[in-house]
Amino acid sequence: MEKVIAGKSVDVDTNGYLTDLSQWNKDIAIEIGNEEGINEVTPKHFEVLTYLQEQYKKDIALTIRGVGKSGVVDIKELYTLFPKGPLKISSKMAGIPRPKSCI
Amino acid sequence: MKNLVILGAGTAGTMMASHLKKKLNISDWTITIVDQYKTHYYQPGFLFLPFDTYKPEDVKKTIDEFIPKGVKLVREKIDIIDKDSDTVVLENGTKLKYDILILATGTKTAPGEVEGMLGDYWYKTIFDFYTFEGALALRDKLKDWKGGKMVVHITEMPIKCPVAPLEFAFLADSFFLKKGMRDKVEITYVTPLSAAFTKEKSSAALGHLLKEKGIKIVPDFAVEHIDGEKGVIVDYGGDEVPFDLLVTIPTNMGDEVMLRSGFGDDLNYVPTDKNTLQTTVKENIFAIGDCTNVPASKAGSVAHFQAEILTENILLYIDGKELKPDFDGHANCFIETGHGKALLIDFNYDYEPVKGKFPFAGIGPLNLLTESRLNHWGKLAFRWIYWNMLLPARKLPFITPKMSKSGKNFD
Ligand SMILES: Cc1cc2nc3c(=O)[nH]c(=O)nc-3n(C[C@H](O)[C@H](O)[C@H](O)COP(=O)(O)OP(=O)(O)OC[C@H]3O[C@@H](n4cnc5c(N)ncnc54)[C@H](O)[C@@H]3O)c2cc1C
Repeated sequence: MEKVIAGKSVDVDTNGYLTDLSQWNKDIAIEIGNEEGINEVTPKHFEVLTYLQEQYKKDIALTIRGVGKSGVVDIKELYTLFPKGPLKISSKMAGIPRPKSCI
Repeated sequence: MKNLVILGAGTAGTMMASHLKKKLNISDWTITIVDQYKTHYYQPGFLFLPFDTYKPEDVKKTIDEFIPKGVKLVREKIDIIDKDSDTVVLENGTKLKYDILILATGTKTAPGEVEGMLGDYWYKTIFDFYTFEGALALRDKLKDWKGGKMVVHITEMPIKCPVAPLEFAFLADSFFLKKGMRDKVEITYVTPLSAAFTKEKSSAALGHLLKEKGIKIVPDFAVEHIDGEKGVIVDYGGDEVPFDLLVTIPTNMGDEVMLRSGFGDDLNYVPTDKNTLQTTVKENIFAIGDCTNVPASKAGSVAHFQAEILTENILLYIDGKELKPDFDGHANCFIETGHGKALLIDFNYDYEPVKGKFPFAGIGPLNLLTESRLNHWGKLAFRWIYWNMLLPARKLPFITPKMSKSGKNFD
């Protein structure tokens, strides 16, 4: 389904996650961040988003532990940047699919 | 003579030994299987030990009982795998050369990963039931526990048998009701997931059951440390959940042999092609069961489906043919819901569990994603099936390695 985010029409799934990363831009990340209660999206946030996008492109499953060991942020910082469900919120902002836990 | 070596004689390794013994030409191949222990545990039975519905002897047999004649069993700890020289080195220094290696070393709990989990309160007010010792310690604790706040908790995903903690919560509800003390126990289910389960449709059904049984759920909780003295678990965001009795599923990790050999991921799982089960480590190394990083459930039923496909792929590999990308992530799990009932779920990489009939479309007799007594009997029968059908690699009637879509209500 289509949704207009930051003035741009993009394809999203039922949970509001972008389904096509090529449609992503920084303004979209900021607007989704604001919707999720992150009022100020800082360069540190973007560092995490870039890391997530790189991992996604390499087809590597994302885990909080993995991000914590990435050298970009530790887990504590990740939670400060993206409170409550950091991986879900950061993935949504990064324009990649909602993280699936291996079940 | 060529050598095929299997590492780990648990569920998956034993099944592979049984399959390959039947399929490989004995005059060409020597099959060796290595495990550090004598005992083969029926791990699904650990769920029932704390409530004293299974006795310790119900879940233990010896490994050698299930290793087919003609397969060499070596009891020794594996030290390292040297992929460059195609050699496995055991702790006693023995070297095993292989032409084909199958990794089946499973996953195990790592309670040391969370600060405050191991220590003064371990097996006093903090327990696991994913190990034989933990399940028995918890049984003894529950015998004369007077009630209070019981917290059932998942540390981080992935864990083996991801539905087991939910089942534990359901069975605890049933157990305390029967003991006439349900009103003295507050049960809280704390999970790093956003809901009772990750798959949407089953989450709704399972979430509903939690509610019905008066079990509170705290989602999105990633534990940072445990304060045993104060009796709280604390998450990275600073939220606290108090407990009198904590039943936790510690972090699950693959064996350190993967770390030592230099090819595990950050939880020591082996990078493996999710459809062919060949590792990306080297073309003559394959992996099955809980030790892989494939995004499927870590469950005995999954290992069973994988075993049929991996056997075929090993034969193709030997013939120099292309491997078949046939593993679709198929999982099939009974979920105990207490009071003599259970649910059944059947799913794969692409299709989440839905309602319907299994294994025969329209007939069943088992109902998918709906509580029933028959499903509960299915769960109990699983133990017999495990020892007598799965480990010896006998074909299960009507249940195919690839998930069947018939009889299911996708909408
Ligand atoms: C509480 C609980 C409930 C469960 N319920 C269910 C259920 O209802 N249905 C279901 O399908 N599954 C269930 N499971 C999951 C199931 O038991 C596992 O998925 C299955 O046993 C995995 O098989 P495996 O061969 O990969 O690993 P395992 O069976 O654990 O075997 C691994 C073997 O490798 C050996 N090993 C590892 N490292 C070394 C080393 N360095 N040297 C020598 N040997 C080594 C170990 O000693 C072990 O014997 C449950 C599990 C638990 C804990």
